[in-house]
Amino acid sequence: MEIVKTIKLIHDYIVRDEEGNETGKVRAIDGVDLDVAPGQFIAVLGHNGSGKSTLAKHLNALLYPTEGQVILDGFDTTDESHLWDIRQEAGMVFQNPDNQIIGQVVEEDVGFGPENMGVPTKEIWERVEESLKAVGMWEFRKKSPNRLSGGQKQRVSIAGVIAMHPKCIIMDEPTAMLDPSGRHEVIRAARALNQVEHITIILITHYMEEAIYADKVFVMDEGKIALQGTPREVFSQVDRMKELHLDVPQVTLLAHELRKAGLPIPEGILTSRELALALGLQPKETGSAWD
Amino acid sequence: MGLKIEDITYTYESGTAMSVNALNHITTEIPDGQFIGLIGHTGSGKSTFVQMLNGLLKASSGHIYYNGEDIDGDGYDKKALRANVGLVFQYPENQLFEADVLTDVEFGPKNLGLNESARKARAEKALNLVGLSEKYWKASPFDLSGGQKRRAAIAGVLAMEPKILILDEPTAGLDPRGRDEILGLVRDMKNQLDMTILLVSHSMEDVAEYVDRILVMNAGQIMLDGTPREVFSHVSELEAVGLAAPQMTYIMRDLAAAGLPVRTDCLTVEEAAAEILSHRDAIPAAEKGGSHA
Repeated sequence: MEIVKTIKLIHDYIVRDEEGNETGKVRAIDGVDLDVAPGQFIAVLGHNGSGKSTLAKHLNALLYPTEGQVILDGFDTTDESHLWDIRQEAGMVFQNPDNQIIGQVVEEDVGFGPENMGVPTKEIWERVEESLKAVGMWEFRKKSPNRLSGGQKQRVSIAGVIAMHPKCIIMDEPTAMLDPSGRHEVIRAARALNQVEHITIILITHYMEEAIYADKVFVMDEGKIALQGTPREVFSQVDRMKELHLDVPQVTLLAHELRKAGLPIPEGILTSRELALALGLQPKETGSAWD
Repeated sequence: MGLKIEDITYTYESGTAMSVNALNHITTEIPDGQFIGLIGHTGSGKSTFVQMLNGLLKASSGHIYYNGEDIDGDGYDKKALRANVGLVFQYPENQLFEADVLTDVEFGPKNLGLNESARKARAEKALNLVGLSEKYWKASPFDLSGGQKRRAAIAGVLAMEPKILILDEPTAGLDPRGRDEILGLVRDMKNQLDMTILLVSHSMEDVAEYVDRILVMNAGQIMLDGTPREVFSHVSELEAVGLAAPQMTYIMRDLAAAGLPVRTDCLTVEEAAAEILSHRDAIPAAEKGGSHA
């Protein structure tokens, strides 16, 4: 069974005038069918206003469908009797870590979710420990979140979600405000959670490089899924991606340019190692920052 | 002339147990006409530094001179300084507030005391510069798309006709096309209006492509200052402070390590492609393919 499934999902935002009268509507999601299997790492790409965030907010019942259905781990998100199951199973991480951290001390912040769920105190502390260790922030547990870097704060936000023991984490541009090492830390943490803890990850991002690790990439446009496939399938379509206001990873673009200049290189190169192999070279492990 | 920064420091919550030295003896110059990138990890002091340049924060010690005059001197006209040194904050669209786009953009010139026709002329010019056509001028700023809102907000600062424009992460949260559009716009404005630009960015690729000079901040100090090529040759020092080189640099290093005799200081895709193609003879796949176009 899919962990996340949307069936012909449609969402209209109602536009109102100053008196609150309905003056029109904007279709933000227009017939999206999404199937995510448990344990997958999914990337969702799309230009600003393509409907990515609206889609994300449906997955843990922050928004409800205008038409169609969203099924999370077997629960229909409009079924109020399972609202808290849905919110616990599908955690959300947003763009700005400063808006998500409420505790004065890192470990208190991470314990907030389980405490709210009524988890016994002893277990809260166990969950805080495992969650902070999972994102590599255990040594910072006694610190004030204000003293952390952007990437560290975002990892604390993720730990706060993990402490709820979700099956799925939806990350809505978690790296948009971070510096290069912060971005790297957050993506590494997301991949580790996926590979080690088998948590399903749905990553919404504007950084094409972050999508190369995904099992599957969905590209949204005008509220619809415009492209889907493996990163290689999607990023092979350089011109199509540009039409969609997007891009491809820089190494993919470089390989594309070399191919246009006549070198026998396939489309959809995703790493410098693949490029070296395609050029007939013997790649070496250089420990690049983007491994 | 431009800005001259002389040994400035800034301490938050000075004199309390919470005091933090955000800036630590910075000395540098921002001459007229440069396109400068300012990079540094979160908390390195970038935002504190730029707020000081238009007098929003006052240095705890040291001096800042604009066109030779001390901006903290007695009787110095801070209002004029802020008109000359425009600052576009992060997520500037959050500061849009008027009923329509044109009125919002007129707000700055109005505050400068310009009359109605002068401020309208300035607002229209600024909106044309950022590429927001007339059909949007009477729209509510809240009905615009994300990229359009950001342009409207930048127009609000441009309408002050600053000589120096400081942009704090103007592309954060924008999609790739939006990113290219905003940075292309900044480059055009610089050329057309002969402005000085200071671009604060977390994207090494963007600064590599657009700026002439990079300042790297760490722990409240300027750690490196040079052309993109000079600065990005210090890869391990940049990594040690939470930064990186542009991705192309890493890709070229990997290809060089794999035996292709390429330069590793390429910063953009175009440059890297040209460099690789100039070594066609050393590419085994190219010989097999027999393609020597």
